Amino acid sequence: MHEMSIVEGIRTAIEESARANGFSKVTRVRLEIGRLAGVERAALDFAFDVVLRGSLAEGAEVQIFDIPGQAACFDCGKTVEIDHRLDICPQCGGTRLLVQGGDEMRIKDLEVL
Amino acid sequence: MCTVCGCGGHSVEDQFKDHLKKTGKDAAHKPAPFAVLAEPQGPHSHAHSHSHAAGHGAEADSDHPHAHGHDHGHSHGACAHDIHLGHGPAGTEVPGMSQARLIEIEADILSKNNQYAARNRAALAQKSIFATNLVSSPGSGKTTLLVRTIEMLGAQPLAVIEGDQQTTNDADRIRATGAAAIQVNTGKGCHLDGAMVEQALAHLPLPEGALLFIENVGNLVCPAAFDLGEDAKVAILSVTEGEDKPLKYPDMFAAAGLAILNKVDLAPYCDVDLDLYEANIRRVNPHIEVLRVSARTGEGMAAWIDWLGAGLARKAR
Repeated sequence: MHEMSIVEGIRTAIEESARANGFSKVTRVRLEIGRLAGVERAALDFAFDVVLRGSLAEGAEVQIFDIPGQAACFDCGKTVEIDHRLDICPQCGGTRLLVQGGDEMRIKDLEVL
Repeated sequence: MCTVCGCGGHSVEDQFKDHLKKTGKDAAHKPAPFAVLAEPQGPHSHAHSHSHAAGHGAEADSDHPHAHGHDHGHSHGACAHDIHLGHGPAGTEVPGMSQARLIEIEADILSKNNQYAARNRAALAQKSIFATNLVSSPGSGKTTLLVRTIEMLGAQPLAVIEGDQQTTNDADRIRATGAAAIQVNTGKGCHLDGAMVEQALAHLPLPEGALLFIENVGNLVCPAAFDLGEDAKVAILSVTEGEDKPLKYPDMFAAAGLAILNKVDLAPYCDVDLDLYEANIRRVNPHIEVLRVSARTGEGMAAWIDWLGAGLARKAR
């Protein structure tokens, strides 16, 4: 949805980390993106190409770890794994699920030179 | 993790296998030879002290074919004790320096925005200001609702931040009511962010106990992810848009604390089912409050004003 802003956030975080940790080149960026984060993978890849160009992470390998969605079911009370916000409860078929996880977007770590 | 397209890995083994089946590219899709991230400090130590556990643990449980391609820092061939320098990622050797380092970040990607939002929230809390972030698609009637709201609120101190890509039309409409308004034009931006709101707040006179309305860029997708420091997101949906919109754009309704179903006076002309609208909103967000309103006729506006008053009372405590 707003993948450019997201990658700009990543670039800022990398630049801040470079100042704090004193590195000049990033060779790998590892991210954790939840399935419910509303981020489109193809758009993210495109944004990486554009936004990281000219930065110290230009050409870095980007690895994305998928975090499953998690929800609490109002009907059966269980915590269940879901792929989409509108999934029904895989335990009881209930439709009233409250998302509790899987909407996070995190930079896990950087491999740097 | 597949090195060709980045698929698979990390507890999505089933998808990974499907992907291999679908693409039929088994040979091309190899598990990544997970890099040895910490190079040996001396010429001969076992270079196995890599960040293996964190990223790799989940894959180890999987049952798909998975050749572990770890390069050990020593070979048992003919020249077991040969020393090869300068083959690491840096292409050179500096005594005592590892060639590649792993920097743990563990930070939310939106943390920069969240920092601005937290600052805004703290500044607003100090003055007991109740702030709402009005989000909707373009044309749902946000500005008309606001103009009507301001008229009904009378002497209540308030201010408005108007977000659009272009023009000051909306801020002009708000200022015509006598209320203070700042227009934020995002240019190409599809949403307001915490920093923009902080900038706008610096220019807005907001007395103690005021209401702050932030009218976001008309967009039912992007503003959902950006915290501005508000007390609640209010999603506005007009009855002309279709009952399935909450299902099509669930992120926004999931993020909102209140949904306003606007233009209900038009419902008889649009062949819409208001109960279905409401059911779909609650399907996405079981916690959400829903109000049926017509800013044009004034129907339901009293409940909305009450909702704002209750929010303000909570902040005053």
